[in-house]
Amino acid sequence: MNEEIKTFTISIYTENNIGLLNRISAIFQRRHINIESLTTSQSEIESVNRFVIVVNITEAQAKKIVGQFQKQIEVIRVYYHTDEETIYQESGMFKIKSDLLFNEPQIQNIIKESNARIVTVNKEFFVLEKSGRRNEIESLRRDLNIFGIMQFVRSGRISVTKEEMKITEMLSAFNNQ
Amino acid sequence: MKETQTIETSKTSSAKTERICGSEAIIKCLIAEGVDLLYGYPGGAIMPVYDELYKYRDQIHHVLTRHEQGAAHAAQGFARISGRVGVAMATSGPGATNLITGIADAQIDSTPMVCITGQVFSNLLGTDAFQETDIIGISTPVTKWNHQVTKASEIPEVLAKAFYIAKSGRPGPVLIDITKDAQFGEIDFKYEKCTGIRSYIPTPKMNIESVKAAAELINVAKKPMIVWGQGVILGKAEEELKAVIEKAGIPAAWTIMGASAIPTSHPLNIGMVGMHGNYAPNKLTNECDVLIAIGMRFDDRVTGSLDTYAKQAKVIHFEIDPSEINKNVHADVAVLGNSKDSLTALIPLLNENSHEAWHQKFKDLYATEFEKVIKNDLHPTKEGLTMGEVLKEINIQSEGNAAIVSDVGQHQMIACRYSEFNKTKSNITSGGLGTMGFALPAAIGAKMAAPEREVVAIIGDGGFQMNIQELGTIFQQKVPVKIVVLNNEFLGMVRQWQQLFFDKRYASTEMTNPNFVAIVEGYHIEAKRVTKREELADAVKEMIASKESYFLEVCVEKEGNVFPMIPAGSSVSEIRLS
Repeated sequence: MNEEIKTFTISIYTENNIGLLNRISAIFQRRHINIESLTTSQSEIESVNRFVIVVNITEAQAKKIVGQFQKQIEVIRVYYHTDEETIYQESGMFKIKSDLLFNEPQIQNIIKESNARIVTVNKEFFVLEKSGRRNEIESLRRDLNIFGIMQFVRSGRISVTKEEMKITEMLSAFNNQ
Repeated sequence: MKETQTIETSKTSSAKTERICGSEAIIKCLIAEGVDLLYGYPGGAIMPVYDELYKYRDQIHHVLTRHEQGAAHAAQGFARISGRVGVAMATSGPGATNLITGIADAQIDSTPMVCITGQVFSNLLGTDAFQETDIIGISTPVTKWNHQVTKASEIPEVLAKAFYIAKSGRPGPVLIDITKDAQFGEIDFKYEKCTGIRSYIPTPKMNIESVKAAAELINVAKKPMIVWGQGVILGKAEEELKAVIEKAGIPAAWTIMGASAIPTSHPLNIGMVGMHGNYAPNKLTNECDVLIAIGMRFDDRVTGSLDTYAKQAKVIHFEIDPSEINKNVHADVAVLGNSKDSLTALIPLLNENSHEAWHQKFKDLYATEFEKVIKNDLHPTKEGLTMGEVLKEINIQSEGNAAIVSDVGQHQMIACRYSEFNKTKSNITSGGLGTMGFALPAAIGAKMAAPEREVVAIIGDGGFQMNIQELGTIFQQKVPVKIVVLNNEFLGMVRQWQQLFFDKRYASTEMTNPNFVAIVEGYHIEAKRVTKREELADAVKEMIASKESYFLEVCVEKEGNVFPMIPAGSSVSEIRLS
């Protein structure tokens, strides 16, 4: 149903220009839509950026908002997908006191079972990195919280879609005009 | 002349370049884009450009307005009457922010405009420098595109893109902010017009299958109705629209932005839709079986409550902007593309028809509206001048050939309802944004863009005082624009709502006005006040006959109301006649 609020991942392929982030976030702001997460990086194409934005809205809203993004001059192409249509994950980092690693043997088990990676260890602290679904990172955070976390940060969602997004074809069609 | 020729030859990529500074490059870009008239206001951060404007003053005429908002609206008026890109210029900080209302107005009414603002030196950006403001951030939501230039070398390409974006596809305003060091910097100048941007599809490709589907629906319709908008004017599709309605015999109504695309006197022109539109097209929107929307966007002032809008009808939507499809009203058939191309493809697929019985329904409802509303507006017998009778006199004296530039409020609705238009691009008004203060400066731009046309500004006593300073521009530039102020000593539309929906609590709507005639005469513009019905015809005649700018104040009844009216949030079929 169009009226049901769902999680949508919006992928926006854009030129790499100053001010575009402002233009895109203003479209959400104007419609009073909260951004759950926003990630921007280079895409598979040199000189083309990709925004991956997660929002909880209805499909009708998603369609309309995609139309608004699409009409921005420096936006090349926009898609929206449901969770089922994408492969997605997030990444979390944990900074923890090093002595816990030796004094609390359970921590070693937690690290092992969670498939988290130790990024660095020194005398004062060590840093864990965990990539995966939100619930996996959250579950690790809860487990570690018992012992104390010095710092925690989680990235926005990154995702690739199961279907093809034909940006390269679009751009070469323009060049061949 | 020599400079122009250089630009002509520089269109080929092998053209030789010349070394000039950024500010001169800006002027050369404007000339290359055919700009010979622009509106603006100088200041610190744009001074190098004004210095070049002085040198090029034989090729490009800069009009000093009295406020940057006036410059923006004048550029809009210029664009609306001519179809060309209007240009406005301002300095940084307050100069730039004063443009914003005009830019927002141009954005919502799809007006092609390029605004150039000066900016502080790039090394001062973000330091809270004198007259620094983040105009890119501020203008982002109200521009089709904006860009900050910090290097002189970027100027030609960015300005070429600005003009291309402003006028292509669904037009809109573009703001280019240029730092002072970029204006001073030297470049090897060469200009190439922009012909395409890889991330931007101005006009979606028309799908002939959708045109066929539209024709099929229209051909079987028993009660078809057209509502056209400004897309017809922007797409230069007036003749094609006429051919469609004449061949298929379809009653056709317009939004205020679409007014004048088809002459008022055309028998299939059934009037205006929307909150203060005509009775028949509003009522019968909820009775038609096929609703054909052409270059319009189903604004809430047109549709009233969406839950009860044309639910019985199949909707065909001809539209250049894909984001408008299904935005407010579901389209059973959407035809994307330029209105001229789409209607051209549609005409041969239509069956000839006349729909006489259906048309009679419009005539019957018109008769009701005439009896209850129009008669009293245009041929009043009781004391107190009506706004409608002023418009009637202007129609008579201008023989329907005037371009009417209206402000916002009751007089605007009256002007749109009762103006008789023979020519397209004759109704210039602030539609989407509803900007009071629009008309006086917009009329300046319109008259200067089309000096051969009679341009009459219709303004309320409230809106007149919002940009009254532009009388100075009219005087200095000797713009022979005609200004009619319909003075009811109220912010009339708000007062009308207070009367109808707030138990006559007239909160801050009554105006104690100055002597307008004295003010206008202070600017050495001929001015007259009319208070009696018997003076009106002669006064309007004298105004239209004048070869110079002329001001006419008409003191109208204080508490006149505009009807019909669809109360906000009501259905179009709940339109009230009193």
